[in-house]
Amino acid sequence: MLFADIQKHAVAEWDKLRHGSIPGILVGAGTCGRAAGAEAVLAAVRKELKQRNIDAIVIEVGCIGLCYAEPLMDIIKPGRPRICYKKVTPEIAAQLIEDYLVKDNPRPDLALGTIGRNVVDGIPKLFELPMLKSQVRIVLHNCGFIDPTNIDYYIANGGYRGLVRTLDMKPEDVIEEIKRSGLRGRGGAGFPTGQKWEFCRKSPGREKYIICNADEGDPGAFMNRSLLEGDPHSVLEGMIIGAYAIGAQEGYIYCRAEYPLALERLRIALKQAEEYKLLGDNVLDSGFSFHVKIKEGAGAFVCGEETALMASIEGKRGMPRSRPPFPAQSGLWGKPTNINNVETWASAAVIMQKGADWYASYGTEHSKGTKTFSLAGKVVRTGLIEVPFGATMRQIICEIGGGILEGKRFKAVQTGGPSGGCLPADFVDVPIDYDSLTSAGSIMGSGGMIVMDEDTCVVDIARFFLSFTQLESCGKCIPCRWGTKQMLDILEDITNGKGRSGDIELLQELAQSVKDGSLCGLGQTAPNPVLTSIRYFREEYEAHIEEKRCPALVCNALVSYYIDPEKCQGCMICLRSCPAGAIKGGKRMVHVIDQGKCTKCGTCLNVCPPRFGAIVKTSGEQPAVPTEPTPIGNRGKTRGGQQ
Amino acid sequence: MSSASLGSIRETRTDVIGLTINGRQVVAKTGATVLEAALGAGIYIPTLCYDPDLKPYGACRLCVVEIEGMRGLVSSCTTPATEGMVVRTETPNVKQSRRITMELISANYHGDFFARAQNQDCELLKVARYLGIEQNRVDRLRKSTQLLPVDDSHPAFIRDLNKCILCAKCVRACHEIVCHDAIDIAFRGNSARIATFGDKPIVESVCKSCGECIARCPTGALVPKWEKLPATEVETICPYCGVGCSLYLGIRDNKVVSVRGDPDGPANRGSLCVKGRWGYDFLSHPERLTTPLIRIPGVPREAGQDSKVHEVFCEASWDEALELAAKRLLELKQNYGPDSIAALSSAKCTNEDNYVMQKFVRAVLGTNNIDHCARLCHASSVVGGIAAFGQGAMSNSYSDFEKTELFFVIGSNTTECHPIIGSLIKRRVRFDNAKLIVAEPRSIELGEYATIILPHKPGTDVALLNGLMYVIIRDGLEDKKFIRERTEGFEEMRQVIEKYAPEIVEAITGVPKTDIEAAARLFGKAKSACILYGMGITQHTTGTDNVKSIANLLLLTGNIGREGTGFSPLRGQNNVQGACDMGALPNVYPGYQRVDDPAVKKKFETAWGCQLSDRPGLAVTEIADAILKGDVKGLYVMGENPLLSEPNLEHFRQALEKVELLVVQDIFLSETAWLADIVFPAAAFAEKDGTFTNTERRVQRVRQAILPPGEAKPDWEIISALAERMGKGRWERAYQSASQIMEEIASLTPIYGGIRFDRLDRGGLQWPCPDASHPGTPFLYQDSFARGRGKFHAVDYIPPAESISQKYPLVLTTGRILEHWHTGTMSRRANVLSELRPSGAVGMHPSDAARLGLVEGDSIIVTSKRGRLKAPVHITEKSPPGIIFMPFHWREAPANILTNDALDPLAKIPEYKVSAVKVLPQKKKPRRRAAQS
Repeated sequence: MLFADIQKHAVAEWDKLRHGSIPGILVGAGTCGRAAGAEAVLAAVRKELKQRNIDAIVIEVGCIGLCYAEPLMDIIKPGRPRICYKKVTPEIAAQLIEDYLVKDNPRPDLALGTIGRNVVDGIPKLFELPMLKSQVRIVLHNCGFIDPTNIDYYIANGGYRGLVRTLDMKPEDVIEEIKRSGLRGRGGAGFPTGQKWEFCRKSPGREKYIICNADEGDPGAFMNRSLLEGDPHSVLEGMIIGAYAIGAQEGYIYCRAEYPLALERLRIALKQAEEYKLLGDNVLDSGFSFHVKIKEGAGAFVCGEETALMASIEGKRGMPRSRPPFPAQSGLWGKPTNINNVETWASAAVIMQKGADWYASYGTEHSKGTKTFSLAGKVVRTGLIEVPFGATMRQIICEIGGGILEGKRFKAVQTGGPSGGCLPADFVDVPIDYDSLTSAGSIMGSGGMIVMDEDTCVVDIARFFLSFTQLESCGKCIPCRWGTKQMLDILEDITNGKGRSGDIELLQELAQSVKDGSLCGLGQTAPNPVLTSIRYFREEYEAHIEEKRCPALVCNALVSYYIDPEKCQGCMICLRSCPAGAIKGGKRMVHVIDQGKCTKCGTCLNVCPPRFGAIVKTSGEQPAVPTEPTPIGNRGKTRGGQQ
Repeated sequence: MSSASLGSIRETRTDVIGLTINGRQVVAKTGATVLEAALGAGIYIPTLCYDPDLKPYGACRLCVVEIEGMRGLVSSCTTPATEGMVVRTETPNVKQSRRITMELISANYHGDFFARAQNQDCELLKVARYLGIEQNRVDRLRKSTQLLPVDDSHPAFIRDLNKCILCAKCVRACHEIVCHDAIDIAFRGNSARIATFGDKPIVESVCKSCGECIARCPTGALVPKWEKLPATEVETICPYCGVGCSLYLGIRDNKVVSVRGDPDGPANRGSLCVKGRWGYDFLSHPERLTTPLIRIPGVPREAGQDSKVHEVFCEASWDEALELAAKRLLELKQNYGPDSIAALSSAKCTNEDNYVMQKFVRAVLGTNNIDHCARLCHASSVVGGIAAFGQGAMSNSYSDFEKTELFFVIGSNTTECHPIIGSLIKRRVRFDNAKLIVAEPRSIELGEYATIILPHKPGTDVALLNGLMYVIIRDGLEDKKFIRERTEGFEEMRQVIEKYAPEIVEAITGVPKTDIEAAARLFGKAKSACILYGMGITQHTTGTDNVKSIANLLLLTGNIGREGTGFSPLRGQNNVQGACDMGALPNVYPGYQRVDDPAVKKKFETAWGCQLSDRPGLAVTEIADAILKGDVKGLYVMGENPLLSEPNLEHFRQALEKVELLVVQDIFLSETAWLADIVFPAAAFAEKDGTFTNTERRVQRVRQAILPPGEAKPDWEIISALAERMGKGRWERAYQSASQIMEEIASLTPIYGGIRFDRLDRGGLQWPCPDASHPGTPFLYQDSFARGRGKFHAVDYIPPAESISQKYPLVLTTGRILEHWHTGTMSRRANVLSELRPSGAVGMHPSDAARLGLVEGDSIIVTSKRGRLKAPVHITEKSPPGIIFMPFHWREAPANILTNDALDPLAKIPEYKVSAVKVLPQKKKPRRRAAQS
């Protein structure tokens, strides 16, 4: 079959959904959607349609990125634009079928926005929403829109055009095009992709491999998962293009087993691509052959490091080795190998579809194109976003993310996951690109972005990230295994009020040695959260060590709870709730907390009626409060009316 | 080295590169790492995970350096040195990084790091002292509180992971050198540690106790339980198998207190196996013989080992004992003639011992009745090899195996019996993609590495080999040029081969014909192949035929006389090659010079100054019958224990009980010595000087490390003393030293012509070494065979002498296990070895066991036509259905009670490998169960 025929067939299929005679119902059923209840919604939809005998196309789509509003459900009613509904429950789903499909009420109150040219009264356009308005969705353009298990939808939306174009070019020219696009590795290090491909292409040897690194392991990062779940063919197309350019005959997708849905969708995609002869022997009759295998990883963070990843594919313990030799010279099974991450491969596909110049028109001078981020933490709207390089933190946090939750103060943002850095609010207007983040002491990483508000203790955050890297260290080299452990021990001491003077300098000294001495990227970057948080928030460390005070009131060992004698109404709620029996008091008595018994669980703070607000959480110096209950009358005022 | 000379070296040599380290110009071999370049130039870089025998690893990070043009600090052990590279090894950043790394080690090292630094001599502490870490800096750090239990499950060594720094040398040695894979790194982060499968105690793992890991541990995490710091070290050769591993015995107070492999040893390159590493406490065992013993008159021979020594023997002075022996031997000679005495020499003894022994027998006793246990292992190799090539020895060398593309292992459980060669094969298959064919009825470890396994029935080797040759000829894969130019007898052989089409061979051997075809093609197409074999080939009534078939296959494919090819009989005992070379055989003088060759006889008569017999003598396996017939009246045994090692033991025991005079010299009161009239206490290998010749024909020096216990003496001294008393003029020379004996050997033995002790100090010499300037011969037959052309033999398949019947429905095959050695005289007196494998058992397939209603450990009675014994059963799939396996090390259950003493007609080797037996559960009444079995 010629590709033109495949395309024709694909467009027809896609039109059946978009402009067909029967309605289409699309439920966001990525892992995030499922976690929010999408499967129940799907079941309800199917049941309702059956009961009402309505003929409709029901499909599962990936994540559009609006995680805060999930589960999402889109309805395409013939003649109407696609409407996206938010926070859909099974009941709402059934209601929508009745109200919209049966009675033709589009329920603007439940809708998030419309997709497409036409409008519906009372419903905004989805892409005019603040979360989406300033995004540029290039890599994610299909996510949440098409059925990821249907190759036709991908093709109808421009998919595999990049491959067809590639096969008409010389491999060297493909590499040139990728170079011209300015694409840099999206896995973290930001190495120019075209150059990397060229190294591998020029490396001597007939057998070569390419690998898709889908071992996304940063806590709070889910860009790759969403992309694989929402648009697996884009990754596959990028890989086939790369294999052609590099001269590889075999490819591996190394995906962690904790991503079962991504794996399932990848397997389907592989099968479909093979059926259309886009993959396998003699791709589209071009004479070029390429096969892809999936390797499930066991969820070791270090296996995101390319040499460890290759060891894992080879069936060995996932441990990195020194470079040189670089994978481009001697990689998988000792053969030249090129590894890129999920987003890089998908970007390569778009670049070949739409051209390097178009792609390079986005971004900054040295960081071209767009980048996806997992926006998480204390922002109003969390989710998966894509912005051009050069966007500022302010745009991302304030516009797309809608600012900080509960109107609190923005304190810092962690980029690059546990390998990245903790940047203070001062950086809010710095344009984000590889180089600016590096010079700030952080890294781009694969795109994790965790927003922290004033209630976050950066020492505790540094401790958290370090505990992660320490646990995930493969243990091979001493600086990483024992250096991070030593740093973690010190941070634990600090957050437990056992910090010693000189610990900050010791941490810095250790951090430098771990960075310098470690074998692989895991160790070399593991101290970043500590180093940046000391750099930007040194006074918080000093408060912990010198004053035994946690300014953010997070470190349990350093906080204490007491009862404001002026506010306590003697209602006994806290006394009854305290699991440690640490509160003494009685009816109409000012309660007191026995600090010796208090486990700092915070229950009293939670149960004290807000109108009283008598429980105070504090750190550092202890306020002078009575040690024994006293009658409320004794404090000089009576509030008999409160009874 | 000055830069001028550097320049000239670099101009003239392409295999070196030049680089600058710390401002100095240095040269290094192409392919060297920066660390190797520095070390080679005498520039020290500290490291704990580097080992020249292992692949670069880069874990300890102490060897970091700065290199111009490279970011940050790089590990010098993993970075290849390149031309023009500029390296700095002691910059402030480097020093700071190393110091912190060492401080981290000390904070995590359990045990008093600084106290050890003053006392002990381990690599970790040497590096720590070099880096100069200070207590006050370490005190800033948080000490690790994680304490892991110490694994002292192994009888030989302790694993204290609290002292482990995860340099992984142990893991890498286990994986890369010995290919056992008993340990690996498990868990992550701070919990990462060396673990066995399932993190069980090491003794429950697949660990083969070779100690390769312990020898390399730089921190004291792996330490031998018994080892002490030696005062001196003596380089010598392992006394166990024929591989000939070179090792250092550490000595303090006349005791062996440590053992380490010799990194320069040509056979082992520093490796040792479980026996070579731990098998030495027999030397100081309280049961060592320390004085001559004379049987108390009237005590019958039947009073065996259950008696007390002093009830059977009385201690005697050397004079008394020698006088008595001389007198009795002379009486026999006078009364019954010289051929009424027979002697057994020993493959455990040195070349010098054996030479003196055979000389004594020939020159003083006047008979050729001398033989030794080579008869029982490789007599067929000698006969078959001489017939085909003119020599019976291994034609190639271990170093040759490094170039072999295809190994064909047949009838050899190499990893158990020749562990160092076993590891070499595994390494070549694992890392160099060499191919391996394994033909073996039992399931053996090498099978896991094999490209093709041919599990043929015991005793069907000729049929299998003929089948392979059938396919090779049919498919035109034979080496026609080689056949034409170097061989004879091809046509006659081909006619026999034609009868062995794969389907016929499948019927005989039980090997699927597709596997026969595949193996034949693999062998036929290999650029270089060698065949390694052991007792599975030789110990058959068709042993000589088997060897000839192997020779046929090699000649057919031209796989002999070239690097990487060859004929590799793996000799069993440490000096079985040497004992044969020395003429401890009934038909040849030293160097395989025939006793019935008049010129040879004349030469030896002149040299020894006496008349010699030209009548070939009796083989070991003929002696028992000769005694029972009354032809042989006296038997002299040096260092052998036929009463466990002979087939059909009961028969042999009857003979020994009947013989008029039995003289035994040994290091222990062996099963045989218990029957002796006179027992001489001999020195063990570590107590004397001499040479051993290993299976690759390498003559190596054995050196005295300790004094013999009590009055024990080297065997050659005992024989010499006896000869002097008996000879009266015919024993002209009293030897002063072993080296003097070797000079005499060299003068009479062309293949040893150039061997002198002072030439053997660097790794020995491989014979033929005809003169003092000859460098030795790594592989034979490069230009021609010893007999001129290689000879094909037309060999037909003949079934084993005994086949299974209704009465005896199972095949018994015997052999060795890794931890023990032959009749156990030494290995069962080595604590570690006997703790690891305290007892033997009969290996049986689960299906056979199920049929007999047996469970693991059940006591069974095994019966053959010749005898019966009781032993526990070990149920294992390693034994195929219908075949049971039994090691012959255990006197409690001597397997040779059952074995068949039917002989190969030419080599006179018995058929140990096939005996028909029946097995019955012990408790049940044998008669009632017989019908079922």
